[in-house]
Amino acid sequence: MTAIKATLVAEHGITDDEYKTIIEILGREPNLTELGVFSVMWSEHCSYKSSKKWLKTLPTEAPWVICGPGENAGVVDIGDGQAVVFKMESHNHPSYIDPYQGAATGVGGILRDVFTMGARPISNLNALRFGNPNHPKTQHLVSGVVEGIGGYGNCVGVPTVGGECNFHSSYDGNVLVNAMTVGLAQTDKIFYSVAKGVGNSVVYVGSKTGRDGIHGATMASSEFNSDSEGKRPTVQVGDPFTEKLLIEACLELMATNTIIAIQDMGAAGLTSSSFEMASKGGLGVELNLDNVPARETGMTPYEFLLSESQERMLMILRTGQEKVAQKIFNKWELDFSVIGCLTDTGRMVIREKGEVVVDLPIDPLAQASPEYDRPWVKTKIQPVITPDEVPQPKSLIQTLKDLMGSPDLCSKRWIWEQYDYLVMGDTLQRPGGDAAVVRIQNTKKAIAITTDCTPRYCLADPVEGGKQAVAEAWRNLTAVGAQPLAITDNLNFGNPERPEIMGQFVGAIEGIREACTVLNFPVVSGNVSLYNETNGVAILPTPTIGGVGLLADHTKSVGIGFTSEGETIYLLGESKGHLGQSLYLREVEDREEGMPPQVDLVAERVIGDLVRAQIQKDVISACHDISDGGLLIACAEMALASMIGIVFADLDNSTPAHAYLFGEEQGRYLVTCKDPGSFLLSLKEVEVPVKIIGQTGGNTIDIAGESISLLELKEVHESWFPNLMSK
Amino acid sequence: MKSAIIVFPGSNRDRDMIMALKTAVGRAPFQVWHGDTELPEVDLIVIPGGFSYGDYLRVGSMAAHSPIIREVRTHAEKGVHVLGICNGFQILTEADMLPGVLMRNSNLKFICKDVHLKVEQNKNPFLNKYDLFQVVRVPIAHRDGNYFADETTLDELEDGGRIALRYCGSDGDVNPAHNPNGSRRNIAGIFNKRGNILGMMPHPEDAVEGYFGGLGGKPLFEGLSSALGK
Repeated sequence: MTAIKATLVAEHGITDDEYKTIIEILGREPNLTELGVFSVMWSEHCSYKSSKKWLKTLPTEAPWVICGPGENAGVVDIGDGQAVVFKMESHNHPSYIDPYQGAATGVGGILRDVFTMGARPISNLNALRFGNPNHPKTQHLVSGVVEGIGGYGNCVGVPTVGGECNFHSSYDGNVLVNAMTVGLAQTDKIFYSVAKGVGNSVVYVGSKTGRDGIHGATMASSEFNSDSEGKRPTVQVGDPFTEKLLIEACLELMATNTIIAIQDMGAAGLTSSSFEMASKGGLGVELNLDNVPARETGMTPYEFLLSESQERMLMILRTGQEKVAQKIFNKWELDFSVIGCLTDTGRMVIREKGEVVVDLPIDPLAQASPEYDRPWVKTKIQPVITPDEVPQPKSLIQTLKDLMGSPDLCSKRWIWEQYDYLVMGDTLQRPGGDAAVVRIQNTKKAIAITTDCTPRYCLADPVEGGKQAVAEAWRNLTAVGAQPLAITDNLNFGNPERPEIMGQFVGAIEGIREACTVLNFPVVSGNVSLYNETNGVAILPTPTIGGVGLLADHTKSVGIGFTSEGETIYLLGESKGHLGQSLYLREVEDREEGMPPQVDLVAERVIGDLVRAQIQKDVISACHDISDGGLLIACAEMALASMIGIVFADLDNSTPAHAYLFGEEQGRYLVTCKDPGSFLLSLKEVEVPVKIIGQTGGNTIDIAGESISLLELKEVHESWFPNLMSK
Repeated sequence: MKSAIIVFPGSNRDRDMIMALKTAVGRAPFQVWHGDTELPEVDLIVIPGGFSYGDYLRVGSMAAHSPIIREVRTHAEKGVHVLGICNGFQILTEADMLPGVLMRNSNLKFICKDVHLKVEQNKNPFLNKYDLFQVVRVPIAHRDGNYFADETTLDELEDGGRIALRYCGSDGDVNPAHNPNGSRRNIAGIFNKRGNILGMMPHPEDAVEGYFGGLGGKPLFEGLSSALGK
């Protein structure tokens, strides 16, 4: 047995104090394999040791929540015995090292989290952040990540229906790839990971185990430096074809009454899945590595236990039902092997060739899992920037063109046309709108899905930024007429050992908590990704929010495109011309400054509930929330989505034109109406600021004596991305 | 009309096709697993889209050698109609039941979007509900849809009236600007000599319900149903 040296402990990312705890638990020094087990189980990625304290403060309950955080994914009731199962997860570090495989296996992993629970995946989304467009690696990373997501999702046949993509130099050395999957299940057929029944078989299914991805979880728990590309072997390799077979085989098996518990082998592979299942059930587990299907010969126990080979699942089956399961997996030509059983010893005992290679007490190890209260400092509040501190542009139309052709506001068609967003035949609203809408087959129902975060707001004020991310997700679901149900949060931050980064994290959680509470929009699943830094430079704090909402009747939904000419465009919500942290300030004045816009959650709810009710009553014909870029950008997006122009009403002079048109106040919507009479009547019942912006019609946007044809604007809007990628 | 759909490991538009047949024809197809060696008596056999066997060797090539494809060939030789969509089209060319080959798209990327198609031939059960030269909108979703055949074969297809559909603009203009994937002569779909096999890259099965951006694919299924229905 290898003697454990201090350097080896450090290489495994285990601190001196943590090592002392290990010796206390075991009453002896661990062997190398056991040290490996501890290193992954106690990694930031698996143990949430820096974030746990704060995650516990998030609201996770509502009458419609069936299962909140702690399982493979969250489960929410959508009526008629049906539930949606969803989660978002990051694959940031691997995607930087190997963009294609990193992104592809990110999609594979999140799909498994969802179908593990008995749900058929029906939609994928992805939130991507890349570095400065002019950075030498950006083009390569964008191309690889998009191709990897498409390569995996298209092949497994789950539509990729939406997402977002931003650029900022803080992501130069650390891109973010956050993938979300939504699945559909029957409420009486949800599968959990709690092992039960001493003597029941532990069964391994899926792909064989190889030497790929060893220490992926540990890699994801430290900062990057310039040697990080040498970590390529820690990136897993994906096989979407096997995943597709695994989905079909698991769902087929789940329709029989044979599975007691099931868990995918994700981060830290076999170790983490078997340990977690036994731990949740308060049981022990014995495994025999000789029975684990291996891709190559000569693998050591250390490698078997820490491999992150993809497309593998671990199940606890009812005794005597192994044959039923084996038959199904044989049909799908997947590996199937009984590799152990549950015991009442409370220990995890692993054997290889008759020898015990790991013998750990489960409960003490789980109990002793480190939890840190890391020091943090509150982020300094930025000054308010008033409109008169920002110069007026020479031409509003030229500014509109510049912004519509800027990295964050340009059309992302180049990305989503590489994704199959139609397969399964239920995509009602395609990428490019406020939220994707996907029909629930054989019903009138549909679900709406969105991902949102504005990292520059989060940097300036983490509390407001966290609030805004949740509010924008709620708003985007509302804008298609859906009732927002719940969120998944994917919290991407820098090194938590730095108090100012920890302060960002604590602030964002506070904002998320506040917004979720007021909007009745609980967190049901999530993922934390820390140490997103390279050479000491942290990313912008990026708490990505994935929101899911329900449409009781999918025919009562609207998109962002105008539906006819001659309709009045109404602006709902208050506009004061807030330019701090706006894209206008960044793109036109090259200033990333000021206090971000504040979210008034009470007003948010009043106005959102009004809009949703009017969409559901068939009064509204088109709706778009106002976000990045402000009012004029939102108007232009509605016009381009329909190729119907706008004639603006005269601007009043209460606010300077550039602040009014490009300011980014929150809680605002633009709507047009089929039935303006009913709409105006509904406004009498609530106090919502309303203003007429102009009329739809023609093929130009006419404002303040200037004009631009939609064709010209479309060209600017659509060409930025292809130009970047063909450089 | 009785139909059967062949499901390979990796097929993924089987579900869309089953729904489309149910919606447009009113009758679900039999589902035939790739390992089966017998086909039920049907009027139409459909090979759906997807990534059969992961498309790991060359698109469609492994499926083309599966036992069930031998059965499909036997039935086609007896006159049963066969419709191959996307991966199904690729399989039919790999199995030599249709001429030519589907290469990687000219931009080397997967493309998912709505395209316009011009109906080039409507005197057959597949396209009889469309007008000749009608322009219809349906989506494509593929990475390998770049149709290639040598000039002699292409001329033969033209002369024999065997070009079913071409990519075009919304006004019906067939030109390189409206060719999404580099296909020779903008070809989107072709018939075999006998006219009972149609292979096409676009997905009519994803355009049979109005909510989803059009009904461009519906007449294909209705046409088959009325021509082959008993």
